[in-house]
Amino acid sequence: MLARHMPLGFGFWHQTAGFDIEQALIPFAASSSTYGTAFFVGLLNTLLVAALGIVLATLLGFLIGIARLSGNFVVARLSAAYVEMFRNIPLLLQLLFWYNAILRPLPAPRQSLHLPRGAVLNNRGIMLPGPHAAAGSWPMALALVLAIALGAGFLMAARRSRKLTGYARGLGWWGLALALALPLATALAFGPPLHVTMPQLQGFNYVHGLSIYPELLALLLGLSLYTAAFIAEIVRAGIQSVARGQREAAAALGLPPVQILRWVVVPQALRVIIPPLTNQYLNLTKNSTLAVAIGYPDLAQVFMGTVLNQTGAAVQIVFITMGVYLAISLVTALAMNLWNRRMALHER
Amino acid sequence: MNADVSRFVARDMAPARSPPVAAAGLWRWLRHNLFQNAASTFLTLTGLGFIALLAPPLWRFLVSDAVWHGGPSACVAASGACWTFIAQKLPFLTYGSYPEAQRWRVDVVVLAGFALIVWLLSPRLAHRNLAAGLFFVAFPVAALVLLHGAPALGLATIDTSLWGGIFVTLLLGLSGIVFSLPLGTALALARRSKLPLIRFAAALFIETVRGVPFITVLFLANFMLPLFVPVTWEPDRLLRPMIGTALFGAAYMAEVVRGGLQALPRGQTEAARALGLSPWASLRRVVLPQALTIVIPGIVNSFIGLFKDTTLVSIVGIFDFLGAAEAARADPKWQGPSIATTGYIFAALFYFCCCYAMSRWSQGLERRLRHGPET
Amino acid sequence: MTTRISLALVTLTAMATLAGVAHATSTLDTVKQRGMLQCGVETSLPGFGIPDDKGNWTGLDVDTCRAVATAVFGDPTKVKFVPLTPKDRFTALQSGEIDMLSRDTTWTQSRQSAQGLLFTGVNYYDGQGFMVRKSLGVTSALKLNGASICVQQGSTSEQNLADYFQTHHMTFKPVNFDNADAIIKAYDSGRCDALTTDASGLASERLKLGNPADHIILPEIISKEPLGPSVRKGDDQWFDIVQWSLFAMIDAEELGVTQANVDTMMKSTNPAIKRLLGVEGDYGKTMGLTNDWAYNIIKKVGNYGEVFERNVGSGSPLKLKRGLNQLWNKGGILYAPPLD
Repeated sequence: MLARHMPLGFGFWHQTAGFDIEQALIPFAASSSTYGTAFFVGLLNTLLVAALGIVLATLLGFLIGIARLSGNFVVARLSAAYVEMFRNIPLLLQLLFWYNAILRPLPAPRQSLHLPRGAVLNNRGIMLPGPHAAAGSWPMALALVLAIALGAGFLMAARRSRKLTGYARGLGWWGLALALALPLATALAFGPPLHVTMPQLQGFNYVHGLSIYPELLALLLGLSLYTAAFIAEIVRAGIQSVARGQREAAAALGLPPVQILRWVVVPQALRVIIPPLTNQYLNLTKNSTLAVAIGYPDLAQVFMGTVLNQTGAAVQIVFITMGVYLAISLVTALAMNLWNRRMALHER
Repeated sequence: MNADVSRFVARDMAPARSPPVAAAGLWRWLRHNLFQNAASTFLTLTGLGFIALLAPPLWRFLVSDAVWHGGPSACVAASGACWTFIAQKLPFLTYGSYPEAQRWRVDVVVLAGFALIVWLLSPRLAHRNLAAGLFFVAFPVAALVLLHGAPALGLATIDTSLWGGIFVTLLLGLSGIVFSLPLGTALALARRSKLPLIRFAAALFIETVRGVPFITVLFLANFMLPLFVPVTWEPDRLLRPMIGTALFGAAYMAEVVRGGLQALPRGQTEAARALGLSPWASLRRVVLPQALTIVIPGIVNSFIGLFKDTTLVSIVGIFDFLGAAEAARADPKWQGPSIATTGYIFAALFYFCCCYAMSRWSQGLERRLRHGPET
Repeated sequence: MTTRISLALVTLTAMATLAGVAHATSTLDTVKQRGMLQCGVETSLPGFGIPDDKGNWTGLDVDTCRAVATAVFGDPTKVKFVPLTPKDRFTALQSGEIDMLSRDTTWTQSRQSAQGLLFTGVNYYDGQGFMVRKSLGVTSALKLNGASICVQQGSTSEQNLADYFQTHHMTFKPVNFDNADAIIKAYDSGRCDALTTDASGLASERLKLGNPADHIILPEIISKEPLGPSVRKGDDQWFDIVQWSLFAMIDAEELGVTQANVDTMMKSTNPAIKRLLGVEGDYGKTMGLTNDWAYNIIKKVGNYGEVFERNVGSGSPLKLKRGLNQLWNKGGILYAPPLD
């Protein structure tokens, strides 16, 4: 690299970046933040879109996977059509479609579409009323932590009691009630912990509130709709793998349909579902790098794009980026393997 | 077992259900599939409502309001798809800037490639070894000569910067499978090697490539490759993503092939060796033919993924089909509200047809293979 | 994993060092041996570097490449144009894929000191400006507080933009892509309020918009953007050739030598013209070229003024004024050292 006069080392990490990023989850300013900070901004944006995408894709995927097995002809066919359509069209094409064909033609900020509850939709994204933590909201934080701990405790007690006695005691419901009541009481005693700001048109753009940029929206839509098609197939295969006799036996024992699903079908299906599901989560995370095509400031776009261009440290930056995704893949695979081991059949 | 098992079992008999509705013919089908109970009826109606809501605007956009003839001016205010845009840009979308008089060369290469793939992957056709030889050795050389040109043979040289469109997409797909299948097989064998160093190196390569996004591999190929090879090689701008695609595909292919190798009973190798076949011969004559046949559906699925992934090369500046469609869209002569959507729908149809056809074929193969090998 | 990566880095660095040895041979020899100059240009910027449907290139930067090819081969067609995005332009030069870069690239200190480029001169003095929709009613860049602004990723524009808004205590929302066409489309569809790039680029990109008349370029110029060709460090002979090919075009304009009159000028008694056209002295030979190198450039490509007018000036749709790019003795700052 010396022979090519390329920058060596990682000195660029502490240099001032000198460019701005539209969506930054941690404070970022062109004049003072470093390329290192830009890296973390990109990484957090990647994690954000991956986390949201995984939740949405899982919900939609399970819904469609179950719908595909429905006895209802129309529902089953529609779900099948969804799966075939979304998994046979390249993701990049879908992203460009959502971004350029659907979100772009939305009206300009001054002609925004007004949605209920003060939300606004225009070609700069969706602006929602935004919650901000009020000053002195620590009692609420405390209450939340306490409520979660108590709720979890009750749930575990309920589980143990059912295991021992066979009866569901409704302790879980008590836990839930407590988890809700505690923060509510705190809010009444100390005043609301959050104040909400409404989006307002000021100059060129809406300010205040919570803006979801069209790049994030398009990426989220594309990733979750695409991955949901694959998850649906995994869920279908998982459910089909549970032998019919299992359901019939459970029904013969007198279990109601919900309990059959909860205690017989789902635990067995999950064993088949989890390994390929892990793969899909990883794929979704890796596919989020397609952000570069639509300008969402994820790790690849910010770090392997802007930072690479400005510093010229191509080799270092590409390898760091690859390293990060590799690390995410390895950690996820490890975590999922552990869970999978817990869920697996314990044979004697 | 626990003596208190009675606790876990229902104490009351389940209520008797009403007998199934007796009906026949269409009525029975409707009853069973659409209106079995209140919930089912509700779902049916919601589904039908959904279709009723979606179909008319779709029909209007795609057919009745669409512009089928005319030049750029016809689409300026079109509320429907601008099909004339596709018709006018079709040569560009298919061949890129490849000189018009030479386009037959592209047609020949693509058709030959597909004929060979079908021959290779159809368990029913004979002489598949010959097909493999042709496809993996003769075809790439012939394709390179024909496409790039050989002045000695009277074929003008056509620079790769002029290549583009569907042709480049198919080329990337073809080269992907031509190089990733042998490479993947080699990696799979290496991963099962008895030598720890080889095993480790293969596993490292496979897991690293599978753990990173394709785009980073493309970046690596695009920016780094020229830095790490002698200047005189000057890897071509199209060759770099091809190498990236092949390496990426190989890592995934390796795992598919490894599955096939693992599924093969040990006895096969042992029997082959007992018959006095050399390790190489037993591999080539006994193990690989069987292992690869088992995983043909997996190979096809892996290839579908690779084919869809080739769209990413447009991000590193290659005019594949999607890249060409984006470039056509940027033409200032064609300004209309529906140009972008039309381009994407056309591209989507192309990819859908290719991928759906392949996946149906692979499903069919899977069913046939499950019923035992045909001889 | 860190060990794996550092291991890979070490291996790759070793390979790079090996490959670097190949650089030792002179660029001129490599180019001559190949029979072709490889020149990095814009992907699609009317007036500076753009191919037509059949792959024929035109533009000011493209003609700068042609001038160098003519100096070496006496033939302006012996160039292979390599279209480059901002992202891969420097690596393409560093790796030796191209012999020179002529792609509206701003001459900056860091590019020269840290990225191993050597700028040979300036073929267009530019500055960064803003374009907005007329309907927005904005007349000055100082009124852009809070606006969404489209900017090309990895360009000097991106940093100038941040600097300018910070200096004037304004905020903005950046929208960036690495592909120039994507930025134009984003601006055209209203994703951002303003588009910023070099003023010449704005004039050029405006032609790609649906209705160019709906957009105006704001008066503020917020930066200095000297655009020029560059070469790799470490080959002085090649640097001389690229530098003087441009200087010869500028000197030719100053001396009144044009494509049309270059043959009659061969008989000129003006010693400066005699030296330029190779009638006197061995100026070409000292650079490893033939002595008619500059004659060939003027005859086959033209002098700077002709190239300017043809690509971006009155003879083009861009209709840019000479402005700063006028000769020093005519009110501009274009000044080439004498060929002496």
